[in-house]
Amino acid sequence: MPTYTARRIVLALLLVWAVASAAFVLTRLAPGDATMGDLWESAEARDAARRRLGLDQPLAVQYGRWLAGAVRLDFGESSLFARPVADLVGERAVNTAILATAALLIAALLGVGAGVYTATHAGTWGARAARAVSVLFLSTPPLVGSLVLVLIAARTGWAPVGGMSSAGLSSAAGASGWACWIDLLVHLPVPALALALPLAATLERVQSQSLGEALAQPFVRATRARGVTMGEAVARHAWPVSLGPVLGLYGLMIGALFSGSFVVEVMTAWPGLGRLMVEALRARDLFLVAGTAAAGAACLAVGTLVGDLVHAALDPRVREAR
Amino acid sequence: MTSARRALILLGVLGTLAVIGPWLAPYDPATTHRGYWHAPPMWPEPGAGFAFHPVVLEDRLQERFAVDRTRTVGWPWTAGEEPVFLLGADRSGHDVFSRVLAGARVSLGLGILAVLGATALGTLLGTLAGARGGATDDLVMRVADFVLVLPVLYVVLVLRAVLPLVLSPGLVFALMLGIFVLVGWPLVARGVRALVARERSQDYVVAAEAAGAGAGHLLRHHLLPACLGHVAVQASLLLPGFILAEATLSYLGLGFPDTVATWGTMLREAADVNELSRFPWTLAPAAAIFAVTLVTNAALQRDSDREITT
Repeated sequence: MPTYTARRIVLALLLVWAVASAAFVLTRLAPGDATMGDLWESAEARDAARRRLGLDQPLAVQYGRWLAGAVRLDFGESSLFARPVADLVGERAVNTAILATAALLIAALLGVGAGVYTATHAGTWGARAARAVSVLFLSTPPLVGSLVLVLIAARTGWAPVGGMSSAGLSSAAGASGWACWIDLLVHLPVPALALALPLAATLERVQSQSLGEALAQPFVRATRARGVTMGEAVARHAWPVSLGPVLGLYGLMIGALFSGSFVVEVMTAWPGLGRLMVEALRARDLFLVAGTAAAGAACLAVGTLVGDLVHAALDPRVREAR
Repeated sequence: MTSARRALILLGVLGTLAVIGPWLAPYDPATTHRGYWHAPPMWPEPGAGFAFHPVVLEDRLQERFAVDRTRTVGWPWTAGEEPVFLLGADRSGHDVFSRVLAGARVSLGLGILAVLGATALGTLLGTLAGARGGATDDLVMRVADFVLVLPVLYVVLVLRAVLPLVLSPGLVFALMLGIFVLVGWPLVARGVRALVARERSQDYVVAAEAAGAGAGHLLRHHLLPACLGHVAVQASLLLPGFILAEATLSYLGLGFPDTVATWGTMLREAADVNELSRFPWTLAPAAAIFAVTLVTNAALQRDSDREITT
């Protein structure tokens, strides 16, 4: 197990390094830089700004400096926001994490609940309806889902559209902690649902099928024959057995949450990592692009790593395979 | 019907739609109909022999239209001077229906070509890895694993941002196709490799080999036919993702320029919440994306469900 763990951590670090370096080098090679959008009094002023940002140095020197800083968690300063990249990325990563966690919780509750229902009520109209809804949600990618939810929210006024908090309501403005939390909760449903619904549908399909298979096993029929009620047989015997395939979706979920949150953040103006990345790319903000790419790769790598390690801890075949 | 046949029919139908779509459009997708900015969708009236009542601009500032019930005009393909918008008009007075059809060629066409490319590359590398084994297998599968764990959207964004913002539509098409094939092949390759490796040790293949069949013959007549069903299903399931990727990139302004009608560039109009809630028909391309995804899932999802669980 320690060897397996060490190996996976090294691979994760390599991935983060490779993605961040590629982002840095490619952005630097791209035409234009962070000083191109502004109006300058003279060519000298612009040259001075480029010197201050280190943009006049050769690529290798710039990359070396950036890497030397990055291993000490100093990712340079964003020219777009005039703030350290690490601070910016940290704030935005928390926002993305809030969104992703909420979506994962919603997806798990809805999906597993609906899956258990359709498996235990197979053949009824309720199960058929749930299944039809599930196919619909499965085909609603976050891009489409967030547009539709924004439309519904804007027309009915059930939820505020866009952003993470109401204007003027922030802890800095002196609002109380509770007000801020409630405000956040009100803003959460639109992006979180857009992200969660297709995932919930995937979970429902897999949970329903695996529970259906578990219910057909002889040991479940044997418990029923001993007089155990249906509810108890499902809850204590069949459902735990059926969880394997559902947990196996974990990696798929992390990937879907990750790419989905990117789209949803842009569509609903949620101030997360994905949005930051788009802003940074548009402004050719070199350090910020590399920083967000590193943070994004790190989030994905940690998510996958946790899943793999838990899987390996539970199943010896995985850690002995390679 | 086998799932492989369903997948091939699906690709065929959608491919045909991509080819003939623009020809079915009643209007040139680039024509701006003056005075019809944000005109609402029009319905065939059962009371008037399924003809249309024309809309007349009532308030130019509010972009409010009134239905003129005293007159009727025919279907858009046959209508005369007055345009008929089945799915309404957009900000500049383009016919949304025509643009969805015209955009199908770019969005669907790009998606299908990317599916074919990823399938070809994935099958090639997968068979190579599965049939050769050893170091080749290790190398191909390591690269595939690496591509699979990449945060694809970030990589695509950075790759796209490296290039100048303004590129000709043809170049954008070729670039996106290349990127989609590069990120799509590992899924196909993984499945093909597993199947080839499994089939290779089956009695019938061993027998053919013992009878003197060469590597090429084995591949053509035994190993590849065994993979066909799996490849067709897996590849078709990539299609919605590719269509979505085009839409996302174009929506972000990193895909096709606004002058080209694609499902992604059309959605840019929906970015403004006010306009979206007042003129919801600008969501028509999102409905098209949803429809393609739904058809793909309905045709193939059951098979892939079984694959996930086993």
